[in-house]
Amino acid sequence: MEYRSRVPLQAVLLVLLTVFGVNRACSAEAQPDLGTVVAGLATTNFKDKQAAVDRLVQLRSDSARAVLAAMLDGNLYFRREDNKVFIATAGDTTLALTDPVTAKAAGTGNPDDFSKITTNNSLRKILKSALAGFALSDPDARVRLAAVNEMLRSMDGDNAAILRERLKTETDGEVKKALEAGLALADLEDTDPEKRLAAIKQLESSLSPDVYNRLTTLTTRNDDGTYVEPDERVRVAAVKGVSYIDSWRRFYASIETLFFGLSLGSVLVLAAIGLAITFGVMGVINMAHGELMMLGAYTTYVIQQAMPAQIGLSVLIAIPLAFLVSGAVGVLIERGVVRFLYGRPLETLLATFGISLILQQIVRDVFTANNRPVETPAWMAGSWQINEALSITYNRLYVVLFMMLVFGILLVVLNKTSLGLKVRAVAQNRSMAKAMGVRTEWVDALTFGLGSGIAGVAGVALSQLTNVGPNLGQQYIIDSFMVVVFGGVANLWGTLIGGMSLGVVNQVLEPFAGAVLAKIFVLIALILFIQRRPRGLFPQKGRAAEG
Amino acid sequence: MKQTTGKAWLSAIAATVSMICAASAQAADTIKVGVLHSLSGTMAISETTLKDTVLMLIDEQNKKGGVLGKQLEAVVVDPASNWPLFAEKAEQLLVKDKVAVTFGCWTSVSRKSVLPVFEKNNGLLFYPVQYEGEESSKNVFYTGAAPNQQAIPAVDYLMNDIGVKRWVLEGTDYVYPRTTNKILEAYLKSKGVKAEDISTNYTPFGYSDWQRRVADIKKFGSAGKKTAVVSTINGDANVPFYKELGNQKISAEDIPVVAFSVGEEELSGIDTKPLVGHLAAWNYFMSVDAPANKAFIKKWQTFTKNPKRVTNDPMEAHVIGFNMWVKAVEKAKTTDVNKVADAMIGIEVPNLTGGTAKMLPNHHLTKPVLIGEVRADGQFDTVWQTKGLVPGDAWSDFLPGSKDIEADWVTLKCGNYNTQTKKCSGQKYE
Repeated sequence: MEYRSRVPLQAVLLVLLTVFGVNRACSAEAQPDLGTVVAGLATTNFKDKQAAVDRLVQLRSDSARAVLAAMLDGNLYFRREDNKVFIATAGDTTLALTDPVTAKAAGTGNPDDFSKITTNNSLRKILKSALAGFALSDPDARVRLAAVNEMLRSMDGDNAAILRERLKTETDGEVKKALEAGLALADLEDTDPEKRLAAIKQLESSLSPDVYNRLTTLTTRNDDGTYVEPDERVRVAAVKGVSYIDSWRRFYASIETLFFGLSLGSVLVLAAIGLAITFGVMGVINMAHGELMMLGAYTTYVIQQAMPAQIGLSVLIAIPLAFLVSGAVGVLIERGVVRFLYGRPLETLLATFGISLILQQIVRDVFTANNRPVETPAWMAGSWQINEALSITYNRLYVVLFMMLVFGILLVVLNKTSLGLKVRAVAQNRSMAKAMGVRTEWVDALTFGLGSGIAGVAGVALSQLTNVGPNLGQQYIIDSFMVVVFGGVANLWGTLIGGMSLGVVNQVLEPFAGAVLAKIFVLIALILFIQRRPRGLFPQKGRAAEG
Repeated sequence: MKQTTGKAWLSAIAATVSMICAASAQAADTIKVGVLHSLSGTMAISETTLKDTVLMLIDEQNKKGGVLGKQLEAVVVDPASNWPLFAEKAEQLLVKDKVAVTFGCWTSVSRKSVLPVFEKNNGLLFYPVQYEGEESSKNVFYTGAAPNQQAIPAVDYLMNDIGVKRWVLEGTDYVYPRTTNKILEAYLKSKGVKAEDISTNYTPFGYSDWQRRVADIKKFGSAGKKTAVVSTINGDANVPFYKELGNQKISAEDIPVVAFSVGEEELSGIDTKPLVGHLAAWNYFMSVDAPANKAFIKKWQTFTKNPKRVTNDPMEAHVIGFNMWVKAVEKAKTTDVNKVADAMIGIEVPNLTGGTAKMLPNHHLTKPVLIGEVRADGQFDTVWQTKGLVPGDAWSDFLPGSKDIEADWVTLKCGNYNTQTKKCSGQKYE
């Protein structure tokens, strides 16, 4: 009796112990605690870090997510003396520490005692994809869409499983579409050829570069000569898919080239349009035109320095101010030098060249010879994704629009205002205009100032596209003359058409000839054109032109 | 009246002459150090810093009592990013100012321009920038990296660690990118990369219309193979290039760009957030955690009175070169060019990032190679580095005309000895 009664007790104890023990071992196996995993991050070896990150991702807890996010943002450090890991935000001289396991503040530290846990490209990709996995359940559909797209970039079995799970509960149409496309992409790796074939069918109308990449891979051969894709039918479907995407991509590529041409043309027109007035209307060869643009660009820089918190606004404010600065300098040049040299083009050329050197040197002395950083407002950075094969960068788009605006305003000024009337009158027949009571000297100064001011406005646009330095103007002066001569002097429309066509021709040639040769071809073609039509595309007609 | 003017002129000339004599008499007590860096033009972005570095080093050495008991005196000239002007200014430094040593040049085309001047006048030039190799002059010490100390290890890293299969070689149109790309192309092909997987392109100095080229790179990179860009773009053309990469959303995770001429200084002028993860290969990074480096950064920021001023690789090369020259002069006990050049070989100076730089008989250094990724704050995180130091190889082993050529200024006394014909050709390999 005594014996029998003791056995069950022992057995129960044993069973309990075993169960308890195994249970503990099991949980340790499946769910290592955050502390140990995080401690594995305290290394400088990227392979070890990656292993630790992988284990961290498996945890799928909110505190793991916080650690991953901190790591991606570069806010994860370890203390050198004991390799303890902290989430830390860097202050001016100290680090504010947070314990990653308890998520409680852990005082501050001296940055010299800590090493940052750095990331590299492949780690960041893993981190972003893992964080996207967390964001899949975000209530905002846009966040979910971004998360899906992020996960598609590094597609593997794990991610595919997560996405499949999400597809079951997803309600938003767009996210659903992205999920399906992504899963089809994952199906391309499936061992079942039928599944692969179905996946290609589903992806057929997609233009995304990921799809294109995967399909191209399917059509290539391995190093040993065998095809990557063993199934003939799948391969044929993939080739068909690739050629379909290719034809669309070619179509969009030509649109893109056209846009590149127009945007380059817009830069040329902006640079040349001021010259079209001073050179075209007044006949003054103004070699300092480029430097007037440079002054406009530096005006932008100065305004930005004055209001560093308002970058977007500063660029807008810079436009009228650059007009005033360059315009005022232009009037000074006209009153001080050019007016004594009317009718003597060679001397005007030399004098204005001298002025351009003086302006450059002044800028060098004031701002140093180094380039000045002009910031791009946020709304001008990035690109407008029209579809998966075509995107247009915002800064170029704004330049095209800005050019049209400037051109339109100039047309109105010249054709609808009394100043414009006088400018045209003086350009056509100076003595007659004088006889009619037009103060020609005053009109000369204002016209030159207008052309110079427009150059300054062009400088604001250039400050967003190129480096702002003392040599900025020199890069554009030849192009400006080229456009004006090509378009035909004294004709704004000629400048517009001339600049645009030069831009497009340049961009069409560039992929074949390279940047340098393309420019040479354009120059040669231009010289030949001028031989045939010395007065450019749109020559001035009538008696005034002969005189 | 006329006579008095004439007399006044005469006396003025006499005064000037006596002043010049006085100046040269005073100059006998100092050792002149030439500084030949562009302070204006397209290269000023990179070279101005190097001028300041040399001035700081001279200042520091003078505080320690100078060299051989004499004070050092800097002679700064501005060749204005104008290559022929480099030769003129070099002539001026050597013939008129009679400098004992010159620290200068950035672009290879400027170095090629001054090379005959230094050889003719037997001057001494310390060239601090990574370059294409294929050169070893008796009168030049190359303290920057040769291709095997920068370009080749970077390509190895991309190929082995990142798995890159397709290559864009993008460069500025002059001798350094063209030769480096020739070497890289030969190297890649020797590793089995096919010609259709390499795309090479050149653009002029100061180029800014990058939209087309970046779009092409994007297209080239979407052919199903991991693609990387190897950039030898020099000078300020880098700023619009990286801006365009950011605008067209080419991220480093998809198509990494590894640059050989972009360092902390070049990045300090731009918004680096879109560039995070793009790579650079150098022998020095400001972010390297070493005591010598920390001390140097502190010194530099105090000297420039700017606590945000950055340091970079060519600056370290000047530090090493300058310290080596001081050691060599003290060893030779003279500033005579021939004697100093002989004393230079074998001299060892600590690197700022740890390890020791040693001057080899081919006038190149031993260097560690580091590969870093751009951080959001414009600094680099070292992601890879060579195990030990790599000795600089003047003549690349991957170009057919160059692999038999050796430079050795100790036993062979020749910068271009052909091991096949056993001749010192005395000619420059092109």
